[in-house]
Amino acid sequence: MPMPAEEIVALIKLGIPDAVVEIEDMAGDGDHYAATVVSAAFAGKSKIQQHQMVYGALGGRMGGVLHALKLTTMAQKA
Amino acid sequence: MTEVFDRIRDEIGKNDVLLFMKGTPVFPQCGFSAAVVDVLSQLGVKFHGINILVDPDIRQGIKEFSQWPTIPQLYVKGEFVGGCDIIREMFETGELEQLLKDKGVSLANAA
Repeated sequence: MPMPAEEIVALIKLGIPDAVVEIEDMAGDGDHYAATVVSAAFAGKSKIQQHQMVYGALGGRMGGVLHALKLTTMAQKA
Repeated sequence: MTEVFDRIRDEIGKNDVLLFMKGTPVFPQCGFSAAVVDVLSQLGVKFHGINILVDPDIRQGIKEFSQWPTIPQLYVKGEFVGGCDIIREMFETGELEQLLKDKGVSLANAA
């Protein structure tokens, strides 16, 4: 069940307004993505909390229509 | 759902290092689960795997219990450590080894 990259980015930004999102369609099939999300909102939060914020923004799609999203989060650009 | 949560709590309590996964440690049935098994093997950590594919209640329950939408999920001494991406990242930075040592988990391959 593919999901377009733009839709994923839009959802993340809706949930985390200052997020800078880079996304890559790893297999070119619209189903296996790798995303890097940078947001000041992650500061002081654990990795688990950071990823939970992104999953929250995706509103239940992760693990459902969106099978594979390799996630990297950081509070500021490395 | 409380009954499933009790079973999950019981398993987490019984196993110092517990991996909720698709397939078994010997025969993982998903690349993400296989990746975490590989990391734990490289560190020489003894762990218990729960195959969520044969247990639909746990499969749904663990996602709500951890508030985490995907499998695999790694628990160390009762604490949720993360899924595949976090575990791989922590392994590469050495954080995972440190966390296991700090929690008193023995590593067969420790330097």
